[in-house]
Amino acid sequence: MSITNVLLANKSDLETLSYDAFRTRIKSDTVAGNRLVSFFATPSPSAPDQVGELHCVSIKSGRLCHFRSIWSSGVKYQQLTSEVHAIHCFEREVHEQFGLEMPGHPWLKPIRFEGKALKRMNDYPFYKLEGKEVHEVGVGPIHAGVIEPGHFRFMCFGETVEHLEIHLGYQHRGVEAMLPKTSLRKISPLIESIAGDTAVGYALGFCRAMEALCGLTVADEVESIRGIASELERIAMHLVGLGGLATDVAFLPGSSTYGRIRTAIINLSMRLCGSRFGRSWFRPGELRFPFLQSHRDDIRKTLGQVQKDISIINKLFQESKTVQHRLKTTGAVPAKLAEEIGLVGMAARASHLNRDLRTELKSGVYAKFPIDLITEPDGDCWSRGMVRLREIDVSIEWILKVCESLGDVEAGSRVDYSPRPNSRVVSVEEGWRGEVFHYLETGDMGQLTRYKVQDPSIRNWFGLAQAVKSNAIYDFPICNKSFDLSYCGNDL
Amino acid sequence: MDLIFDAFKVRKSQGKQFVPDVRAANPVGFRGLPVISNTPCGSGCNKCVEDCPTNAIQLSPFSLDLGKCVFCDECARVCPSQKVSFTAGYRMASRTPEGLVMREGSNSLGPVEASEQIKKLFGRSLKLRSVSAGGCNGCELEVNAMANVNFDMGRYGIDIVASPRHSDGLILSGPISANMAVALELCYEGMPDPKFVIAVGACAISGGVFEESVALDRSFLGRFAPELYVAGCPPHPLSIVNGILDLMGHADGRW
Repeated sequence: MSITNVLLANKSDLETLSYDAFRTRIKSDTVAGNRLVSFFATPSPSAPDQVGELHCVSIKSGRLCHFRSIWSSGVKYQQLTSEVHAIHCFEREVHEQFGLEMPGHPWLKPIRFEGKALKRMNDYPFYKLEGKEVHEVGVGPIHAGVIEPGHFRFMCFGETVEHLEIHLGYQHRGVEAMLPKTSLRKISPLIESIAGDTAVGYALGFCRAMEALCGLTVADEVESIRGIASELERIAMHLVGLGGLATDVAFLPGSSTYGRIRTAIINLSMRLCGSRFGRSWFRPGELRFPFLQSHRDDIRKTLGQVQKDISIINKLFQESKTVQHRLKTTGAVPAKLAEEIGLVGMAARASHLNRDLRTELKSGVYAKFPIDLITEPDGDCWSRGMVRLREIDVSIEWILKVCESLGDVEAGSRVDYSPRPNSRVVSVEEGWRGEVFHYLETGDMGQLTRYKVQDPSIRNWFGLAQAVKSNAIYDFPICNKSFDLSYCGNDL
Repeated sequence: MDLIFDAFKVRKSQGKQFVPDVRAANPVGFRGLPVISNTPCGSGCNKCVEDCPTNAIQLSPFSLDLGKCVFCDECARVCPSQKVSFTAGYRMASRTPEGLVMREGSNSLGPVEASEQIKKLFGRSLKLRSVSAGGCNGCELEVNAMANVNFDMGRYGIDIVASPRHSDGLILSGPISANMAVALELCYEGMPDPKFVIAVGACAISGGVFEESVALDRSFLGRFAPELYVAGCPPHPLSIVNGILDLMGHADGRW
């Protein structure tokens, strides 16, 4: 199978531009409609706390592009956010990680209060509105439900939210610093814990990056099983999201039924690999657990039943006036805004953008078995709910089709990893929430020298802040649930 | 009118979903409680130690610390003498971190000792507040699942509540990130006495895969030692519910 969601290069072969050309290229690419995937810095070999190189990854007519600029400290960095809004979170991250000065940048708020800013979250001055009838509402870091921590600061006029500032970093565990120090034999469980609700999405991105670096190939059947695992994760998490939306609008049949259907799906994953979250299912170059006739029968039987049950609850959910009333027109992000701020994944598709790596890059099993792109027109909470509801149906059908094509696949045996030296690899994977990005760099001995990870959430949190503007504050929970973003994925 | 019938259809399709007895459930396929055989290790062999991502294994004598274990199965598959094998067992909780250490020849953890005080105070009604402090959303999803129609812990009088003010116990998940340490402690302080902590998952118990991170502050655990430790990465909802029922002194899983 042709893997098009990974790019491998020798350290010296990577397209290298002067800083001016690099900057111009990002701008002209944006004008040309190329999609920015990531922008990040790597440290200087001589001074690890300073920028050594700037990197940009984008998608141009269905292909991944990666180029860099070697940074020299004498140059003045000129911020791009004012012109290319979608880059704002990345520039903030580079500023936070390396202290690179960015004069004129509109908003250098720390992404996650790491390094020197650790434990200094309370010193941060929030943006304030003033006026006799304006009031401020602070929510979190601990929330009413069982969810991860984050702080939301609202400036309201009456019940209307005029401004929301999202304050994250509570989940920061120092993942990027840990990754290059961790032995490759032991690293996988750490990767699966970057955002535990996307364990499969992260594992697959890592596997493909490592396979490129180590020159490993896996059988087409294994790629197919990886696709099945990834779609099962998507279905399960979309069911969590729909159940959450139903709970938040007090639609109890949805809350309980989507919840128990999710149990059926994750228990299926458990019977396939031992974990309800698909943990340890895959390692670079191998499939850990056999995939046999009994498993295929189980998939057909379980998904057949789910198809039947879900159509009954979907009908009630979609036709219920209370659900429609709460979700339609609430928290809308129009397509133009979504494009401008660089939304990705299912939130982007709900705002009518064709952003789905499975259909854009058609890598591996998605070339052999194309999957339907699902978009919705309005960008509101309803659209985000409907994208998820429809993607569940599409993923089930897709899994059943792929399953038909498979025979028995035995588990692989332990693979030794020897990454090639002085190389760089970029890998992207459409997780259930959006694109998961990995960048690995190796040194003279093939050891990892830099590991950059990026969760789709780092880009979409700002979408949530935009979505709640001019909405009533009591609609914040459903706006938040409809985006369903990761706190630890942002905080790393 | 149609909507009423649609609602009936949903109710009918739902059927009975609850696990009738959480003490005697059978989570088919679950990679849970390990069994440690008495077979001696090969001389000089330390393959399991080399591959264990969380240093959960000690040799001579062999032991496996479930407070660190992430159930990745690497030890089981590299071991030439089949020393470790994982079963679908889900009774993996203890009153102490030491109680989660499995030794040669063991095929279960000791029963969780009931707390007379907790039984007396909260045996019929226990309200819990969940705090994720660096949790990856794996444990959080499983804590949520305890309340769904399948595991339905509400039938035992156990509930998750929204405010620390209403809660008796704090469910802690995650390795305790430094940025979350203050909020965690504020939450605990905000709970009325008497109160206690339950540590859920390898990260909360030992730091798990994040043990070596410099961005943690685990001093909270030194000041407020948990009453219950539930192993897993993430723990199965059955592990958490059973651990809590044991702690509350429930004789069986029926209600």
